[in-house]
Amino acid sequence: MLLFIVRRLLSGIAMILAIAVLGYMLLYVGGGNIARNLLGPDATAATVAQKAHELGLDRPLIVQFGDWAGHALRGDFGSSWFTGQPVTTAIMTRLSVTLSLVLGATLVTAVVSTVLGVLAATRRGWVDRLCQFLSVLGSAVPGFLVALGLVLAFAIGTHWFEPTGYVQFSSSPAGWLSSITLPVIALSLGGIAAVTQQIRGAMIDALRQDYVRTLRSRGLPARSVILRHVLRNAAGPALSVLAVHFAGLLGGAVVIEQMFALPGVGEVAVTATQEGDIPLVMGLVLATAILVIMLNLVVDLVQGWLNPKMRLS
Amino acid sequence: MTGPQILALAGPVPRPRAGTLRRLLANPTGAAALAFLVLMILAGLFAPLLAPHNPNTASAADVLAPISSAHPLGADSAGRDVLSRLLYGTRYSLAGAALAVAVAAAIGISSGLIAGYYGKWFDALSSWTAGLLQSLPGMVVLLAARAVLGPSIWLMMTIFGILLSPAFFRLVYASVTAVRNELYVDAARVFGISDARIIGRHILIVVRAPALVQAAIVAGIAIGIQSGLEFLGLGDLTLPTWGSMLNDGFANIYQDPLLMLWPSLGIALTCISLVLLANALRDILQGTATAPRRAAKPGQARLVMESDPVLTHADPSESPTGEELLVISHLAVGYDQPDGTVKTVVEDASLTVRRGEVHGLIGESGSGKTQTAWSVLHLLPQGGRVVGGSIVFNGTDLTRLGEKAVSRLRGKRIAYVPQEPMSNLDPSFTIGSQLVEPIMLHLRVSRSQARARALRLLGRVGIAEPERTFAAYPHQISGGMAQRVLIAGAISCEPDLLIADEPTTALDVTVQADVLDLLRDLQRDMHMGMILVTHNFGVVADLCDRVSVMRHGRIVETGPVGSVFAAPQHPYTRSLFEAILKDAQPRAALADAAGPQQAGEGALR
Repeated sequence: MLLFIVRRLLSGIAMILAIAVLGYMLLYVGGGNIARNLLGPDATAATVAQKAHELGLDRPLIVQFGDWAGHALRGDFGSSWFTGQPVTTAIMTRLSVTLSLVLGATLVTAVVSTVLGVLAATRRGWVDRLCQFLSVLGSAVPGFLVALGLVLAFAIGTHWFEPTGYVQFSSSPAGWLSSITLPVIALSLGGIAAVTQQIRGAMIDALRQDYVRTLRSRGLPARSVILRHVLRNAAGPALSVLAVHFAGLLGGAVVIEQMFALPGVGEVAVTATQEGDIPLVMGLVLATAILVIMLNLVVDLVQGWLNPKMRLS
Repeated sequence: MTGPQILALAGPVPRPRAGTLRRLLANPTGAAALAFLVLMILAGLFAPLLAPHNPNTASAADVLAPISSAHPLGADSAGRDVLSRLLYGTRYSLAGAALAVAVAAAIGISSGLIAGYYGKWFDALSSWTAGLLQSLPGMVVLLAARAVLGPSIWLMMTIFGILLSPAFFRLVYASVTAVRNELYVDAARVFGISDARIIGRHILIVVRAPALVQAAIVAGIAIGIQSGLEFLGLGDLTLPTWGSMLNDGFANIYQDPLLMLWPSLGIALTCISLVLLANALRDILQGTATAPRRAAKPGQARLVMESDPVLTHADPSESPTGEELLVISHLAVGYDQPDGTVKTVVEDASLTVRRGEVHGLIGESGSGKTQTAWSVLHLLPQGGRVVGGSIVFNGTDLTRLGEKAVSRLRGKRIAYVPQEPMSNLDPSFTIGSQLVEPIMLHLRVSRSQARARALRLLGRVGIAEPERTFAAYPHQISGGMAQRVLIAGAISCEPDLLIADEPTTALDVTVQADVLDLLRDLQRDMHMGMILVTHNFGVVADLCDRVSVMRHGRIVETGPVGSVFAAPQHPYTRSLFEAILKDAQPRAALADAAGPQQAGEGALR
């Protein structure tokens, strides 16, 4: 098990390294004449050269990267070219909003899909057909369209929720909940559709296994057989799907935050992208990659707990 | 927004069969989805001919114009014709999605083929890269790319295609590694056929259809992402696209909510059609995989029913002793068919088991003996049910009891030993916890008492190190040990009746005799009634007091083992006897050799 964790950790670190190198090369080399882009076409060649020197862009690429990586290892990802704010601060102050959304959506997805998937697999009939229908809708319709529909219906139509804005959890928990309800729903639907399908399929497979009959033959109540034994065996594959979905949620949050005017990482991502604020973009890419890789590590550990074969071999 | 549907597909890949298109057209949702998509493609292709206006011509006079003959769907906030923009938007959205699919398929399929077929370092590298690409949030990468490359829909879709290529890679890789070592591929290689031709003839054909399903899913995701970017204003604003129309509509949502309707419909309907098409394709592919199996199920050929009376052997001199524990009378078991009919698999089966008596139920596979055993415990698979007769246990007709009442009897009064030991233990729980749970439930004892009892039981069924087995997981023990564990579980609450369904069939020949001896010992010690399902007359001779011969869902002959052996009446019984004459010899020899083998079998694997 320890070897397994170490191997996953090393693989994760290698991935982060690869993303850092690749991202840096693409952003700094692919960006063309960065100083010129920053100053606009009217700037003189001298001011452009001056700007490039200021940003350290006139040094050899390998030196630039080494400099950046050295600082990055110490947690310093540079400063925004436009606001001068340190990248770490710019991201960290907004991370709570994005994590509220993404972790909220992950939780909602896990709970709702488990309930729906178990119901669909054990009841079959109309419950199953309804879940199938909702799954097709949920996996087909893009999240931002769902968000639009929700805003129209529950914020503009009925005023149950504020259409935009974010309330800090520390200032008002109820306000916080209300401000993230619609965004979390919009963000969750696609995942719910996919994970429900996965849980339903895995449950149906597991229910057909011989050991389920034997457990029932011992007189265990249906509740224990389904929730303790079948669900535990079905949880592994569903968890893998949920993990893959997490990367999608981070991307989806970018769009959803824009729509609901939430001051999250996504908002920074959009402005930084439009302005060509490369240190900030680079920091964002790394931050999201680290989040995803960390989550995958946690998922691997849970998989090991769920599956003794994986844990003990 | 990527990935999950992709994972669902990465499993075993069904083979494509000719006529997929024809069967797709026969499927109403699939046909409708395909028709809609074809319509959209045509609309996109012929947009320049169909559009009444130039999609980018702004007109101050027509700002937010309502629906009119000049503007069939009105005009937007810059006075541009909505219908024209919608048609051109179809063109760009579909072309962008097609580009993403083409890039993803080209990269994913070629690298999947190379990695799966040749393996080695490329395999490790590409699998790792696929993992890397899948852990990147696509939207963020696209935003980063836009920061340096500018807002080009074609560049965005190319990059998105690269990000989604693992979807095809994993699919092709899984299929190729599955096929690579198949005999027909080996044979082709032996005949000196080049790798290129093997890949083309034998491997690409396997992935063709699932790749098509994957393409539909990827196209849907690409349209969603692309319009999402444009909706945020991050797309190429000079192009008329669905996303930029949404952007304009959202800005004017209070003035003209209809502006949002058309592009929303375009996106939603196209994405839904793609998913429905993918689902229909998948159903068709999996349908071909399951159809033959259904036809091969036993029982269908049983149209000619023998209505001969059951040949009953009289009991020798004295009448049988012991109370009647289980009386099955005229039992019929049927399965509900999709067309509403019921297919019977057991018809008119009657047998009686007394306390302390072993009743053998013998017949070939599919004769209905297991179905009879399961119906006593209410454990018939989904769709199966008792359609006639009664099963009286200790004076109660089990067929009239509900699930709750039966589950109180199961494990406590009536227990079950299954056929396949390895698949009948829950792989996620230790052996100990699987034994303890029913003991606590039925005997209402504490966990530590239940644990002590479980350890005693493991010792009783001949497991050398009960503590070690108690803590082990099912995959850590041998089949023979697993069957002993299952027997321990079955007798854990001292049942009155034990139903053993071919308890030795799946075991090594060397272990079979031990397990039969164990069952006989336990049955005598605990004075249980027992139904022993088997297809082996040798086992019946060893263990049973009475025997019923089952064939085609009916009992054809029944009686005390001695009488049936002495004078088999039914031709079918006689044919079974001819079979055991060959079987009996090795079994007898094994019984002698049983002692020494026990030690080896008791050790952990």
